[in-house]
Amino acid sequence: MRTIDETTQEVLNLASKHFQVPTNSLAPDDDFFKKLGIDSLQALELLSRLENHFGIELPDYEVQGVSDFRTLASRIQSRL
Amino acid sequence: MLDLSKYQSIGAALRDALDQFAAEVCLIESDRERQKERITYRDFKERAEPLARALQDAGFKANDRAAIIMTNQSKWLISAYAIFYCRGVLVPLDYKLTPEEQWQLLKHSSASILITEYPIWRQLAASPSRGSATRVKTLLVTEAPPNADLSGAQRWEEFRATGEPAFIPRQRSDVATIVYSSGTGGRPKGCMMTHENYLEQCMPFPALYPLWPGATYLSILPTNHAIDFMLGFFYPFVNGATVVHLRTLRPEYVRAAFPKYKITYVTLVPLVLKNLQKGLQARFETLSPWKRKLFTALVAVNMAFTRSRPHVGLSRLLLKQVHEAFGGQLRAIIVGGAFTEPQVLQFFYNLGISVANAYGLTEACTGITVNDLKPFRADTVGKPLPGMQVRIVNPDSDGIGEVSVRSKTVMAGYLNEPELTAESIVDGWLMTGDLGRFDATGHLQLFGRKKNMIVTEEGKNIYPEDIEAAFESLPVKEFCVFAANYIWPKRSMVGEQLLLVLHLDQGQTLSDELRRDISVRNSRLLNYKRVHGIVLFNEDFPRTASLKIKRNILAERMAQLDRASAILPL
Repeated sequence: MRTIDETTQEVLNLASKHFQVPTNSLAPDDDFFKKLGIDSLQALELLSRLENHFGIELPDYEVQGVSDFRTLASRIQSRL
Repeated sequence: MLDLSKYQSIGAALRDALDQFAAEVCLIESDRERQKERITYRDFKERAEPLARALQDAGFKANDRAAIIMTNQSKWLISAYAIFYCRGVLVPLDYKLTPEEQWQLLKHSSASILITEYPIWRQLAASPSRGSATRVKTLLVTEAPPNADLSGAQRWEEFRATGEPAFIPRQRSDVATIVYSSGTGGRPKGCMMTHENYLEQCMPFPALYPLWPGATYLSILPTNHAIDFMLGFFYPFVNGATVVHLRTLRPEYVRAAFPKYKITYVTLVPLVLKNLQKGLQARFETLSPWKRKLFTALVAVNMAFTRSRPHVGLSRLLLKQVHEAFGGQLRAIIVGGAFTEPQVLQFFYNLGISVANAYGLTEACTGITVNDLKPFRADTVGKPLPGMQVRIVNPDSDGIGEVSVRSKTVMAGYLNEPELTAESIVDGWLMTGDLGRFDATGHLQLFGRKKNMIVTEEGKNIYPEDIEAAFESLPVKEFCVFAANYIWPKRSMVGEQLLLVLHLDQGQTLSDELRRDISVRNSRLLNYKRVHGIVLFNEDFPRTASLKIKRNILAERMAQLDRASAILPL
């Protein structure tokens, strides 16, 4: 079982890979809309990628209003 | 379609539709790629009437208000029909609002019943604002897990009563819904829509975009939005057509739904349309050079044959793979909710996919103009729908002025806001606040806004006043939020931005600490409500005797500043 810190780091790694930005440019408390300059649909695309990686299903309502990596990671962690 | 001219209410028309099309499928309920259920019109009726009876038994009576906060799904529509059956007034609320905003609108609407989904209810129940909407007496929650703590709510699935509910007709002029076009701040704008508004809005559609039993409509926009309520519920139902729900907005599942359910029509906001465009462009780029050359040639042939009007059959033949990706049955993508860039529309039309660009307002019950595609005009929002009188008020030398509308689809007014209603509807004409002009062929072109607001690509109306609460007690002398184009008018509907205007205390500077404070507050707002920049203004804001900011005068003064250098990025 992953720790929340490991999950958060994996979320950051995947986001940096998906949107092609350096991993060290992203931090857990970053607002991913602002930091990555993405819209809500691109955020949903990232979510699908995260689901595949973690082998979980995260309904849209679970991430409604979430905009930072740390909260996103905690929502994923609760489903692992 | 049912002859809607004979009906007095939405409920009466839907009741007949449920009988007339009893054996047809009205809803396909999917969860992502998993199809969960096909519901016939008969099933729908059998589920809705016991709910209506239970509502009546619980004391829900004519003109009482019932709110729905749900994602797009069958229980939304079944609940809405039950409310209309009881002669109630439906209050559809946005499930994407924060719980505090939802409680605020529940209070404002005086709803006595709330119907919602369990995940939404968990947040609503935990909100400190619970208790503010004291009139809400009955709480119904769908899909709650078996041992869930319902916090005083009842299970929607069990809220049923036997015996036929009483159906008592309504008048066309009665209020059917209260739809919030915006305004979760100090002044919620609850549009009171009458039964006549909906019946009249629906009547011209069949001549433009016909539906029939077996035709499928993909419901993507939230059903609380005026567009999906009309096109994803009322219009398909009175035609016996099928509505498809996906329970997700993930682009991959939306794309997959087109071929899977052979979608006939869909309505999208520009953001989703652009996402589809991006996906198609990525696929084109993977073609080998000679295939790309062939494809480009076929697109050119298609363009040549569709200049004056669409030829769907020919386009499907020429560009078979593209059309198969959309299921091969798609008649049109309707785009609304916000302004769409012409090049995006043209991209699809060149592929033989008709994109009907429309323009409307919640206050006018959705559609005012729509592109009839004869010919396709990406640079306009089409011609007025039959029954719409549209005129340009105070046109300038270029013919550009405020678009105003008079029709039977214009709302009765804003709930509890007689002054705002009087400002918005003048001598029967709805003043839209949008700037436009008609071209020589009668197509409406839009050129920006007269009012202080923005509309996002997701179709969200944002009034700057509504987000000022997020910056309350900011340590500055005074502040307010503006739409950039309201201060510096631009003849454009794209790239709209919100700005935070600061009047600092004497000697105060825009320090890193103040910037951080602003950024933190900004990040607490939903992403589409955030301000994009800061403007420093070193004069006292003009105010009324009751100390309200005179926004129009402040905007005029600020317009003296140079836009490019005045806006400091956040």
